[in-house]
Amino acid sequence: MPFKSTVGDYQTVATLETFGFLPPFTQDEIYDQIAYIIAQGWSPLVEHVHPSRSMSTYWSYWKLPFFGEKDLGVIVSELEACHRAYPDHHVRLVGYDAYTQSQGSCFVVFEGR
Amino acid sequence: MSKKYDAGVKEYRDTYWTPDYVPLDTDLLACFKCTGQEGVPKEEVAAAVAAESSTGTWSTVWSELLTDLDFYKGRCYRIEDVPGDKEAFYAFIAYPLDLFEEGSITNVLTSLVGNVFGFKALRHLRLEDIRFPMAFIKTCPGPPNGICVERDRMNKYGRPLLGCTIKPKLGLSGKNYGRVVYECLRGGLDFTKDDENINSQPFQRWQNRFEFVAEAVALAQEETGEKKGHYLNCTANTPEEMYERAEFAKELKQPIIMHDYITGGFTANTGLSKWCRKNGMLLHIHRAMHAVIDRHPKHGIHFRVLAKCLRLSGGDQLHTGTVVGKLEGDRQTTLGYIDQLRESFVPEDRSRGNFFDQDWGSMPGVFAVASGGIHVWHMPALVAIFGDDSVLQFGGGTHGHPWGSAAGAAANRVALEACVKARNAGREIEKEGRDILLEAAKHSPELAIALETWKEIKFEFDTVDKLDVQ
Repeated sequence: MPFKSTVGDYQTVATLETFGFLPPFTQDEIYDQIAYIIAQGWSPLVEHVHPSRSMSTYWSYWKLPFFGEKDLGVIVSELEACHRAYPDHHVRLVGYDAYTQSQGSCFVVFEGR
Repeated sequence: MSKKYDAGVKEYRDTYWTPDYVPLDTDLLACFKCTGQEGVPKEEVAAAVAAESSTGTWSTVWSELLTDLDFYKGRCYRIEDVPGDKEAFYAFIAYPLDLFEEGSITNVLTSLVGNVFGFKALRHLRLEDIRFPMAFIKTCPGPPNGICVERDRMNKYGRPLLGCTIKPKLGLSGKNYGRVVYECLRGGLDFTKDDENINSQPFQRWQNRFEFVAEAVALAQEETGEKKGHYLNCTANTPEEMYERAEFAKELKQPIIMHDYITGGFTANTGLSKWCRKNGMLLHIHRAMHAVIDRHPKHGIHFRVLAKCLRLSGGDQLHTGTVVGKLEGDRQTTLGYIDQLRESFVPEDRSRGNFFDQDWGSMPGVFAVASGGIHVWHMPALVAIFGDDSVLQFGGGTHGHPWGSAAGAAANRVALEACVKARNAGREIEKEGRDILLEAAKHSPELAIALETWKEIKFEFDTVDKLDVQ
């Protein structure tokens, strides 16, 4: 890998928490993460918000958490449906863990503008 | 039937060695590793430990007969050989619950590791583990917030948190210090930390530091759109000064403060932790002085006991060592006490150094903090060892980046997220760590340079304190 001894300028980036520092996920990579959420026994949940409110605690639910859903395809189509309905919103996927009452996983799939 | 007063010196084992005793669920149980003086029988040594850490003294005294001492005495109920060690043995001692003040870790330690450690019949003594009964645990305040609340407050999910200690650890002015905080946070860290020995020195008084840090945190939060925090060290010379600093952190709307629980003491720690619960403040706990107490394999207190005591006294994050970095720590042992911090039930498992089943009931969990001599190449191992409920802190591994702290922070954040993503996708991140990092570096010049900078640095020394196994 190329090693530069010159000092570079690091520019601050606005990010959306977990996985914000990675390039956008491909379709397959999103599948992997959904499969992980389901394998952990967590409930998939889709949330969305207008970018101006991205730091608020509560984003809008898309429908309800998909309790007990094990079909990856269903989750992908719900993510896409949410994105179609709110094209200018951020859309994130959450793996909700009822045992810890926390989110085992949470990352933005579609960035609004 | 009343007893007769018989002045003189009795053997300890006559009273305190009770191999038939079946411990009660409410008893506090302790396991000591004892090394007696030559020629003293094991039972006598073990009984002496039970006596001197509970009701006994060297001589029979008349006033014992004013109470029912059998109700209050500690009892040694089991002795075991230490694997691989001919001279030491384990003594298991049961203490009745009424020997201790409710909710007072200070009181428990004053009894269990008080005078007895200087006792002449012993060459060495080490407190290996304590089983706290549920009846005692329910009287302790515990972590002011716990893992779930901290994640919700900081909006961090599905990954370990990322932090770093501000360096140089001493000598920066308040404004320069705030600059370094700002650089780290804008680069992608969740937290920065006061070094433990930053209190309020002539070069940087605490109030000045707090104000500049608060400005840095607010700015980084605004620019990145992510929640940020800095552990403001409130450890101070007196409790009054400690609370004054905590109050000012709250006034500045800061999310987290910090305390050094061993040098500061359990009384101060429990007090500050209760203040944090009441004031909605997260509490980061440092452990300066621990290695003085816990590193010698035959004398002192094992860190698993100090970790359990912290969970009871209160803290939301506790340093646990890194396993892979510059500081002491064996992997299985570390996993054993990390469980004690985070789980609601930890079964007896000698392969992890846990001597008892430990039920934590509803007590919230504490984040394990891995800090000290770690850099980006360690990231896959750290994620595998510590899991998501941890804070990974890179000091030199952030500020030492050729482009500065912000780029160093970004490199660590990219590496962390790449490891989490790969783990979730089912990859074995410890085995494939190198490939995962190199792939991620293709999209991050900051990471590529970090990998090049630290490629040769390792800390492979043998552990001094190992688990007792054949």
